[in-house]
Amino acid sequence: MAAASRARELTQNPLQKTWEPYDNGLPAGHSAQRGVCMTNCPTLIVMVGLPARGKTYISKKLTRYLNWIGVPTKEFNVGQYRRDLVKKYKSFEFFLPDNEEGLKIRKRCALAALNDVRQYLSEENGHVAVFDATNTTRERRETIYKFGEENGYKTFFVESVCVDPEVIAANIVQVKLGSPDYVDCSNDEATEDFMKRIECYKNSYETLDETLDKDLSYIKIMDVGRSYLVNRVMDHIQSRIVYYLMNIHVTPRSIYLCRHGESELNLKGRIGGDPGLSVRGKEFAKSLAQFINEQNIKDLKVWTSQMKRTIQTAEALGVPYEQWKVLNEIDAGVCEEMTYEEIQENYPLEFALRDQDKYRYRYPKGESYEDLVQRLEPVIMELERQENVLVICHQAVMRCLLAYFLDKPAEQLPYLKCPLHTVLKLTPVAYGCKVESIFLNVEAVNTHRDKPENVDISRPPEDALVTVPAHQ
Amino acid sequence: MWRCRRGGGCPQGRHCRDITNLSSLGFLGLYHGFQATDAAVEKQTCCRITLPRKRRAYQGTPPADQVLLCMTNCPTLIVMVGLPARGKTYISKKLTRYLNWIGVPTKEFNVGQYRRDLVKKYKSFEFFLPDNEEGLKIRKRCALAALNDVRQYLSEENGHVAVFDATNTTRERRETIYKFGEENGYKTFFVESVCVDPEVIAANIVQVKLGSPDYVDCSNDEATEDFMKRIECYKNSYETLDETLDKDLSYIKIMDVGRSYLVNRVMDHIQSRIVYYLMNIHVTPRSIYLCRHGESELNLKGRIGGDPGLSVRGKEFAKSLAQFINEQNIKDLKVWTSQMKRTIQTAEALGVPYEQWKVLNEIDAGVCEEMTYEEIQENYPLEFALRDQDKYRYRYPKGESYEDLVQRLEPVIMELERQENVLVICHQAVMRCLLAYFLDKPAEQLPYLKCPLHTVLKLTPVAYGCKVESIFLNVEAVNTHRDKPENVDISRPPEDALVTVPAHQ
Repeated sequence: MAAASRARELTQNPLQKTWEPYDNGLPAGHSAQRGVCMTNCPTLIVMVGLPARGKTYISKKLTRYLNWIGVPTKEFNVGQYRRDLVKKYKSFEFFLPDNEEGLKIRKRCALAALNDVRQYLSEENGHVAVFDATNTTRERRETIYKFGEENGYKTFFVESVCVDPEVIAANIVQVKLGSPDYVDCSNDEATEDFMKRIECYKNSYETLDETLDKDLSYIKIMDVGRSYLVNRVMDHIQSRIVYYLMNIHVTPRSIYLCRHGESELNLKGRIGGDPGLSVRGKEFAKSLAQFINEQNIKDLKVWTSQMKRTIQTAEALGVPYEQWKVLNEIDAGVCEEMTYEEIQENYPLEFALRDQDKYRYRYPKGESYEDLVQRLEPVIMELERQENVLVICHQAVMRCLLAYFLDKPAEQLPYLKCPLHTVLKLTPVAYGCKVESIFLNVEAVNTHRDKPENVDISRPPEDALVTVPAHQ
Repeated sequence: MWRCRRGGGCPQGRHCRDITNLSSLGFLGLYHGFQATDAAVEKQTCCRITLPRKRRAYQGTPPADQVLLCMTNCPTLIVMVGLPARGKTYISKKLTRYLNWIGVPTKEFNVGQYRRDLVKKYKSFEFFLPDNEEGLKIRKRCALAALNDVRQYLSEENGHVAVFDATNTTRERRETIYKFGEENGYKTFFVESVCVDPEVIAANIVQVKLGSPDYVDCSNDEATEDFMKRIECYKNSYETLDETLDKDLSYIKIMDVGRSYLVNRVMDHIQSRIVYYLMNIHVTPRSIYLCRHGESELNLKGRIGGDPGLSVRGKEFAKSLAQFINEQNIKDLKVWTSQMKRTIQTAEALGVPYEQWKVLNEIDAGVCEEMTYEEIQENYPLEFALRDQDKYRYRYPKGESYEDLVQRLEPVIMELERQENVLVICHQAVMRCLLAYFLDKPAEQLPYLKCPLHTVLKLTPVAYGCKVESIFLNVEAVNTHRDKPENVDISRPPEDALVTVPAHQ
């Protein structure tokens, strides 16, 4: 075989430290060059359900999760296309089943959205598209399925079924009253109109059926996650999507993220290691205990890493806590316990490469932010399952978790500001997350190094070190 | 792993079982914070986890709420449901194997086995007729005996999950079991397998029933005929889990060997993991090939870890592997490697696409990376001894343990379950972990499984287990297997420590 006789030298990618064949003849972007192949053909996720059943909530959340784990995903909300086309929403009558004009416009919007889906998946290297609309008739779903087939996409339906009037009322309050459609209405007017809007869909609603739709791939979510019907999961990405959807919930709660108290190495401007807390760090731990007490949080779970500084911090709280190895700080490999000045002196090339692509850069014998995200995925999954949680972790780890909750892309993630002695309280609200930043009034060094202007590998040391924060 | 390390921070050294967070996620135990002044933390050397300084802070008994938290997360009772030949025992055994591997102490209780122990000789299907008073009495006795053993395992022997494997096809029987669970503080989760495809049922009978002790004296035809009548005995009284009648129970209903699933009221983390696992396994025939990279330059020198390239013989092996794979003529073979040079070089010789997984990298030996065992003994004699004392849990300074490895390999196992034919080119410690999963080897044996260089293990699922074929590809290589020495004392002389080190340059 040609391959056996041809000597294929391996070279190591200097940024990610991955071994790549030298001229292996495989096309660029081939799966051999990537990590685990999650998606072979693109996936089209199709939401199904009456209005106010959580379709957009699920779409946005799923999109955020998939992007965070590295699967390029985009959502396409047909309602938004309608708002762009029909500048002013008048009333529910637009949605009446016999409103010819309305039907024409709505069909146009759906087709426009599908066209953008096709562009995203087939031309822009998207892997997953989430088509967010009611899609309540079998006929409409067949149209979309055929569209998927023609373009070589795998189609996966996500239906949300809910009859509990309290849930629907709560959804309307959370996300409909503030909708652009109802900007000039009172809450009562908006609610009344929206309920009539839902009625417009009910008569023609054909739920996914175990018999009629037995050859489709889908998950039917019933009563906000009380039960699920899952049919014909076809591949890895669908399996992950199902697992994720089965773990999320809508119970109100808050997630508290903070770093360990200031450590001895922080004071000296050194990265990594397994040091203990400084005097101020211990102060912070006590302040954190006081803060947590004052917050009076119901059934708070506390998680730490397995490094001394987070555990020392948790100890001061006087409550049970759980240690997770995967919450350990990013492994800086050969640069562990160095100052940035020492890294510049000993590894100037590495230092420059890191500034060029901080997300993908892997320390020699260490990790990258990209690796961190992969190892933190079970933490995110468990955070989704839990209710009130305080996570005491580390700078790089906290940036990754924060990027998930605040939907920050990979380029911004390594530069998110996560200062010492500051608690971030995240509370899910509407389609996103409210953030409150609480500085606990104990001074600490700044450990945030901004991206310098000059990231060239031939840059002089002063250019590299210009953004290093002050230290002992 | 899942259980609190005995005495690890728990005020009474009591057994904590926090099911919200399996140690396969890195959780080693529930640690109670102490409001002591100067609550210093110290490292426990073996597992290198930081323990709070315990006991000293408490005067008298710990506060009630501390103790209560320990016990609020309860054991789980999994109850299988389904007609005979629907895969209940297959699922029970597989699930038990998986949970034990990720560190959740699990045991299965097969009521049919209790029946075989009680009624020495199986006569015919008539034993199972619904009007056979004698048969009914015996079968109920067996179920109760099994439940009693469940109770002992979960409440007295520190088991976390018990899998109750029986037909449990009537609502009445399931209520009895559910009440039993409630009385004992167990969470009950039902797993029902529903299948009407006659081909699947026929295949199951061939795979696992014809060889059953019940039919040891029968011909295949006699056995099949009797078994089909046995199934009939259950059909009339079969009450499948119902969306309305059973809406308050926690269960998963598996339909047509995994075509679809109905999942109701998943209560906690372990149930969520069980559901995810059950939804990823399949029964399509396939084989998994495990092997290590070809011999490396560091292997030759008796050095561990590092990121070396292949030796001359290692490259030979890569070519032999390519030839072997070709001859096997495997349909749609997927090839996986780690991100270390030696596995990738090996895969390169195959000339087919392969996927690199960072989590397949060899165990990180931390400060001992690239050392020989002799050097480790010289520089870290204490570490070396601790490792021999508990090789599974021992974590290298700034490195990993086998226990850590299992945690990071769990997604690989999950994906292997989803896939069909796969060749995994990995490393010694990694291969031991994967092999232990497939061959159901416990933690004590895992770090000593023999995974020599230049040898492919072909694993083929069969009946309730896994057939293993070991194929040495006829290219010599050093031996890298170090047995556990007799003397594991920390004060042992160097020769005692090094007596089992294999030869090297």
